[in-house]
Amino acid sequence: MEFEIKQKGNFSIGFKELWEYRELFFFFTWRDIKVKYKQTSLGFLWAVIQPAVMALLFTFCLGKVISSNTELNMPYPLFAMSGLIIWNIFSSGLTNAGNSMVTNANIIKKIYFPRLIIPISSMLVSLFDFIMGFIVLIPVAIYYHAQVSLFSFLYILLSLLLASIATFGLGTLLAALNIKYRDFRYVIPFLIQAMMFATPVIYPIKITDNYLAQILLKINPMSAPIELFRAAFHDKPLDFTVVIYSTCVSLILFLCGLIYFRRTEAFFADLA
Amino acid sequence: MKPILEIRDISKKFKIATEGQSYLNLRDSLSSLLKKANKNTEEFWALKDVSFEVNTGDSIGIIGKNGAGKSTLLKILSKITPPTKGSIISRGRIASLLEVGTGFHPELSGRENVFLNGSILGMKRTEIQKNFDAIIDFAGVEKFLDTPLKHYSSGMQLRLAFAVAAFLENEILIIDEVLAVGDAEFQKKCMGKMSDLSKTSGRTVLFVSHNMAAVKSLCNRALVLEKGTVKMIDSTENAISYYLKGDTEVLNQRIFSKQHDKKEFSLHEIAFRTKGRTSEEPLIENFPIEFITDITLKTTESNQYHLTYHLYNEMGEAMFSFSHKGSQDLRVGRNRLVCEFPAGFFNSGTYYLSLYVIENNLKSVFTENDIMSFTIIDGDRPLGAWMGREPGYIKPNFNWSHLTT
Repeated sequence: MEFEIKQKGNFSIGFKELWEYRELFFFFTWRDIKVKYKQTSLGFLWAVIQPAVMALLFTFCLGKVISSNTELNMPYPLFAMSGLIIWNIFSSGLTNAGNSMVTNANIIKKIYFPRLIIPISSMLVSLFDFIMGFIVLIPVAIYYHAQVSLFSFLYILLSLLLASIATFGLGTLLAALNIKYRDFRYVIPFLIQAMMFATPVIYPIKITDNYLAQILLKINPMSAPIELFRAAFHDKPLDFTVVIYSTCVSLILFLCGLIYFRRTEAFFADLA
Repeated sequence: MKPILEIRDISKKFKIATEGQSYLNLRDSLSSLLKKANKNTEEFWALKDVSFEVNTGDSIGIIGKNGAGKSTLLKILSKITPPTKGSIISRGRIASLLEVGTGFHPELSGRENVFLNGSILGMKRTEIQKNFDAIIDFAGVEKFLDTPLKHYSSGMQLRLAFAVAAFLENEILIIDEVLAVGDAEFQKKCMGKMSDLSKTSGRTVLFVSHNMAAVKSLCNRALVLEKGTVKMIDSTENAISYYLKGDTEVLNQRIFSKQHDKKEFSLHEIAFRTKGRTSEEPLIENFPIEFITDITLKTTESNQYHLTYHLYNEMGEAMFSFSHKGSQDLRVGRNRLVCEFPAGFFNSGTYYLSLYVIENNLKSVFTENDIMSFTIIDGDRPLGAWMGREPGYIKPNFNWSHLTT
């Protein structure tokens, strides 16, 4: 085998190389999951407790108000919890991915491997948390007699795919920016909080008549995954304009993140 | 056969901040989009047009002072950072060990860390599994396999880390100063393993170290980097000797001109050489070393004059003085005196010599301080031996025997 090391070459996703290093995805994800719950007595239960408690809190505080003012497709506890566990993929995925290059700086500076592995692995940790949360969601859905059909499975898969694309896009973008400008360390939590208000996590899109707010809710990259995920538990029609707008924004972010990351990654070791 | 590594005109530029601005920040970047480029940075070439070739099975030592560009070169070779100019053709898989235990996590157990670290270094899971017992055995941590790494002693962590790296199967290994850490026993083990890798299994090794004894014992060639450029690439002995003598041009030998043609004598040459070699070749600590003085006496009374030498170490401390007097007298006319220091007498290092020409055992008619300097380099040591520098400046071999009663 022969290869050349030179200045930054042409743009490529480097898929072949990522595939060669596929085991490293597993090891990094596995490390992050293990470390996250080491020395905790409840362990993986924490992944379940967090969304469950949050859903309970929102039900207490907002459940009555929202249910009486707007027409929900499902009982509020199920609505809130399904929204929250999908939102968590994004919020924790973005936090982890955004900081991943900085927290792994010592590895980046000492060894080469495709850099994309780091933010992707940290996002995979959030998918693991999702699975935990999903396990708790099932009895809740059964309790509220959610309308599950054959399509539900498809909706859930599509929702996960879109959530991953959105998280990947912003996550890699922020990871690359964060290593260059540490300002983003402070931007990330702030961004996530602000975005949550513009996402139909704890209230439906139709809660407001404000035109601008409607637009914000529709172009939000996490709106489509959340709406699709909920569609798995009800039999009402789905608002496709939301899905389309939101997915387009998601794809644009995906491309921006991927391209910016790949174009700057060669210099991560110099900046870290 | 084509060389396994071809390094062609590699240069690496860094921008350094000159006025208090050492971190990139968003505000400055945004404002520099509007304004012209930032005035506060300066270019700095860490490497400049570095070219060399490495053949399969070579082990090359890379030596140079701190800041000479060694680490940058290794980082480019390891693909961690891209070169600003130039390219490298590699005909084998490169594994870089710029640090032992990269990616070790204190919360994970020893077993888990072996897999994690191995995987980061580019090993396949099956490869790690296959070598797992050997790795653990080499590290000697069987009992602590399931203990979190944070409870390991630093020595155990180091052994485990090196053990994983030792089982890499890549064709080219890049090793940075791994030996700087760890106790003598660990170093011994590492050196043995590294020599196995390069000598027995035909692996190509690039080895950066400040430990000349280690470089000498491991490498067949060495490269001297100075301020980002390759000063020389040659046999390990020559490269080390060149590196140690630094900026001074001619060493180990000084040939004198008219200035040393005095009323009483005329001095032609003072030189040190390894016995059986020329003065151009480096002086090696574990060989006998000859000291030659070439002088013509112009007087008629031969034993009127004698020469005394004072020897100083790098710190300027006098070590001892010596003279031919009492052993050989000077003759009238040309004298070529040879003094032999037994093998192993000098410890490695640079020494300075002062010369005194004494008249009638009393009066110094000529004195020159630091008339010459010479550098002794480390000799080969058996692999597995201590690679550090012994204390002191001389390490004479005395006669030892058992008392017979």
